[in-house]
Formats: sequence, structure tokens, C-alpha cells
Amino acid sequence: MGRTLAEKVWDDHVVTRAEGEPDLLFIDLHLLHEVTSPQAFDGLRKAGRTVRRRDLTIATEDHNTPTLDIDKPIADPVSRTQLETLRRNCAEFGVRLHPLGDVEQGVVHVVGPQLGLTQPGTTVVCGDSHTSTHGAFGALAFGIGTSQVEHVLATQTLPLAPFRTMAVTVEGELPAGVTAKDLILAVIARIGTGGGQGHVIEYRGPAIEKLSMEARMTVCNMSIEAGARAGMIAPDETTFAYLKDRPHAPKGADWDAAVAYWRTLRTDDDAVFDREVVIDASELSPFVTWGTNPGQGAPLAAAVPDPASFADPSERFAAEKALEYMDLTPGQRLRDVRVDTVFVGSCTNGRIEDLRAAAAVLRGRSVAEGVRMLVVPGSVRVALQAVEEGLDKVFTAAGAEWRHAGCSMCLGMNPDQLAPGERSASTSNRNFEGRQGKGGRTHLVSPQVAAATAVLGHLASPADLTAEPALVA
Amino acid sequence: MEAFTAHTGRAVPLRRSNVDTDQIIPAHWLKKVTRDGFEDGLFEAWRKDPEFVLNRPERAGASVLVAGPDFGTGSSREHAVWALQNYGFRAVVSSRFADIFRGNSLKNGLLTVVLPQGTVERLWELTEADPAAEVTVDLVAREVRAEGITAGFDLDENARWRLLEGLDDIGLTLRHEADIAAFEARRPGFKPSTALV
Repeated sequence: MGRTLAEKVWDDHVVTRAEGEPDLLFIDLHLLHEVTSPQAFDGLRKAGRTVRRRDLTIATEDHNTPTLDIDKPIADPVSRTQLETLRRNCAEFGVRLHPLGDVEQGVVHVVGPQLGLTQPGTTVVCGDSHTSTHGAFGALAFGIGTSQVEHVLATQTLPLAPFRTMAVTVEGELPAGVTAKDLILAVIARIGTGGGQGHVIEYRGPAIEKLSMEARMTVCNMSIEAGARAGMIAPDETTFAYLKDRPHAPKGADWDAAVAYWRTLRTDDDAVFDREVVIDASELSPFVTWGTNPGQGAPLAAAVPDPASFADPSERFAAEKALEYMDLTPGQRLRDVRVDTVFVGSCTNGRIEDLRAAAAVLRGRSVAEGVRMLVVPGSVRVALQAVEEGLDKVFTAAGAEWRHAGCSMCLGMNPDQLAPGERSASTSNRNFEGRQGKGGRTHLVSPQVAAATAVLGHLASPADLTAEPALVA
Repeated sequence: MEAFTAHTGRAVPLRRSNVDTDQIIPAHWLKKVTRDGFEDGLFEAWRKDPEFVLNRPERAGASVLVAGPDFGTGSSREHAVWALQNYGFRAVVSSRFADIFRGNSLKNGLLTVVLPQGTVERLWELTEADPAAEVTVDLVAREVRAEGITAGFDLDENARWRLLEGLDDIGLTLRHEADIAAFEARRPGFKPSTALV
């Protein structure tokens, strides 16, 4: 019987296999950041162990880093200690680090791909659930906990329980104005936050093949929000073109050998998935969340649902709790929901294409009065590219704040947070209670919807901008 | 890792689904660089409500958490497991756990037990009616027991063995050092390296 893409990559990394034991898998690339690594380095130190493969390990600083005044000492002493701990650990164990202020610094899941380190057919891990992002290249990439970070540092392997496979096939074509973010939010709403549990999802079909690498990363990034262990897309010409000539992409004969291997990384025609979901892209429209988990979403054109409409009692109760926290009422039109903050950035939507999309909507327009808009590039390289294209000027001319690279308001570990009761339209990945700041309320949206929302002051798509006059600040 | 064989304690019924790791331990606690001292951050936002189940005096000292489906979703932060353990929990029961949280829990000796939602409901009813009711989580017998309830649970044999023995995963893997070295020797030359170019 044929094998799926995920099974092929898994099989190519099995170090040992024995009855009654998990497979021991070799890890090609280990990404580190400041939050989930200190206790792992401590463990190594206590056991007298070293980093086995420094040449397969790389670190950056992203979760804690401020996006203003980065040339000054970090004001929060606890954040500063954590960053200093990473710097000390990387120096002591010989790990390459791109700290705040370095040209290669940025959100770890933006940095790996742009350096060309994330490649098809590799295994990629990081102590961060959004490691699923790297699956966009046909890598088997998944988030791990700190104990596993220590395990990979010491052994460059992980013992792993087998996974099940799921195909999400996206037929047809995405309508104009509908993005990868809308697609993945619709997928999560369809299968639920536990729908992918235990599975590696492969996204396939004509609508997926047409996506750029940036858009594929947005899709795979949020696989974890459907509970999946990983998300993957088979590598193709789009993937190869993205990788060619990147700093760590193979060169010369190695490039040819790599591409020959990468071309084999496709699910066989006779392979069987444990579960299959089919989505018709042509039926999709801009999608936003109304609740406090990423599965609680609806088309922007819809209304806030009535909890009574949920058949499952635990879903109904969750919806009631969510509406209470979000201060929304059943039947309220989503387009009528006013926001005071707009955040464009994160490992989901902080790449150059995302900034271009938001800027295209904002060009010649202004952020509505009373709305604060933060634009946070995913990495220093993304920021430099944006500046070269003049996007920073578009944002600042519109009244948005152009910040330095990092995770920022996606999780509010740095000073960029919502105040209690504030409401955001955010291009990030999680609308959990308090995720963006204690008492803050989050609506997940695409960069295009974020920008249109900033202009109108309520949830909106770019199509709404021509339909109603802007509130000029 | 601390071994887990069997544990008996009072329970906390948590009637919430999709308890994400941001609720279990909010991000600002993640700046700590140790594995301890997270108990005050556990469910920090919900604990501001005096009526929250964990704040009820009759729940003090309880050590088994019985939660709704999809417990531990979201961030991979192992701090969520440490926070539960630091607070005093030895086991969590739910009908479905997020994969990364489950993996983290079993690596730290926090037993996560999957039971059907119907059994979870019965445990909720029992422990809500009688906060003093004790729940036993028995890894040797692979059973959860409480008054009027006996429910078997599955856990793969390898994970169970490591928990029962309290084994160090890294030590176990390093027994395969020769296999790892042999694998490294046959990796293709085009694979990426982080060495500066």
C-alpha cells in the first residue's frame, strides 16, 4: 500500500524501531527561543550532558522582546533575566543565537524559513506549538515541551508515538478577497479544536497548490488550533523557488540531489488517510472568530450565534461562557462589533506578504479615531524588506504604529498588551481569554480584514471600504 | 522523574471544555527560568472569582482534577504541567487531552487519564455532591475508582512502564547511542546545517 507524505518523512527518520516501543526519530532542525529552553539547559547542566548537534540547532529571541526602544535595556527585569539566560546558555553550550538587535532576529517560525533552514522532508521541532508552520515546506514539524527540548539537545532524537493521518482537501478556487487565514479559520470551525487530535493533517487540492509559501505557512501554522500534531503541504515548484539561493539552502550538486529527493515527497495515489475532510474553497468568505477558542468562528457576514443553537451541551456551555467573556449578544451582526485595537503580526501573519496585504488596504486611508493599530513585522528581515518597499510609510501615514520585530501582542509577554475590556482584531492565532492581556477580547482575522477594521473601527472586510465612508481621524 | 503507581485523593470538578494552557498558566508566568514556583499562577484569572471551584474551602488539598473535553489545548508550555504539580495535583481526568500537553504531563509524572465523557460526568456529580469523596487513580490496575464508579483506562504500555518506574527518557535513549551515530553517518549531505555560511 502507498504511503502518505507524513509517513514518508517519518520513515526516513527512524533511528530505531522495536515492538512495544515508540519509534526513535532523528531531528534535522531544532529551533530554540528564550521561554521554553532555560529549564532544558539546566537539565543538561545537572546531568553533565552537552548539546549533541550544535550544527542542527539555532536560537533567537522573540516572545519577550520589546517592540519599542530596543536599543535601551529591557525595562521588565524578569524578561531581561530570561533573555540573558538564553544568551548565557547559548554561549556556554555553543549554540548559534540571533539576539535582539541582530539582523536575523525575529519570530522563530519566520526566521527558520527565511534562512532556508526549513526544508522539505526534514523533521523540525521547537518548544513552541506553532512549529507546525514549517510543515508548509513538506517538513514534519511539531511543537514540543521543555522536557523534549532537553531530550533533543542531548540526543538529537525523540521517541514518538505513532500518529494518524488526515487529509484536508480544498477543492476549487478561493474567491477574490478570501485569504489563507480565512481558509484555516473555516477549517478549524468545521473540525473543531480537538478535530485534529492525534493526527498529522495534509492540506491538498487545487486551492492549496495555488497558495504562495507565505500563505501555506499561515495555513500550517494554525494546524495546532485544530488540535493536530502537525500540518503539511507537499513541496512543489513554489517551494523550490522560495528556497533557491536562501543562505542555508543546498548549493550546486547538493541542490540537484535535494530537489530530486524533494520531488518524491508526495502522497502516493493509493495511500489511505485515516480521515478525510473536503472543503469547497469557492464557498468561503472572510472569516472571523466571535468566541474564546479558535474553533468559535463564523463568516464576517454572519451574526453572533445563539448558544442554544449548539446541540452538544459542552459546546453550548462553552459558547455561553465565551459570549459572556467577549461581551457579545446572540444575533448581533459581526460587522457591528467595534474594536479599539488592531494587531498585524505574529508567526501566523507577520510575513512580508501579510504586511503588503494590510498596506494595500490602508494606502490613502486612515485608521479610525479611537483605534490603535500596531504593525509588528515577523522578523528584522521582513521589516527591512517592508521599509525598502515603503510599507512602513503607508502604515505610519495611516496612523498605525510601525514597531520592531517579535511575537508582541500575539501573547502579550512583552509590554504590547490589551487593557482589561479592550477589544482587538488580531492577525494572530489564539483568541483565548486573556491571551493578549488580562481581560482583553480578541477576534482573529486576516491582515486584509484587520486593515479594513482599523479604517472603519468595526469588523469589516476591504469590500466594505467602498460601501461606506471612512471615519477620518 | 517521580514514579507514579497509584494515588488516592479528593477531586476538583472543573466543568469547562477547551481549558487552554493560557488559562492553566498565563504567559507572564513563563518568564520564570525554574520548574517550580508556578502554583500561584495556576488558573490565575479564574481564581480571582471567589466562587471558582478551586477557591472553595472544601476543595483545599484536593489532588485529582476532573475536567471537560479538550484539556490543555494551545501553547506547548510545559509550565502548565509544572503549575498543576506545584499546586498539588497528581492526576488529571478528561475525555480528551491536547497532544502536546499529554506528552508533557507523562514526562513529568502527572498522570493524565482519558475516560469517556459519561464517566467524567458521573465523577463530577459524585464529587460535587460530596466534596470529601475520594478518587483513586491506579496505574498498576489501569483503573479509576470512586464510590459507585470503577472505570478502566488505556495507556500505552511503554508510557505506563516509564511512569511506574520513574525512568529518565534521555537515559533510555542514550542506550541507543550507536544507532544514533549510525543514522547520522548515513544522512544525505544536502540536509541543512545551522553552521554559519
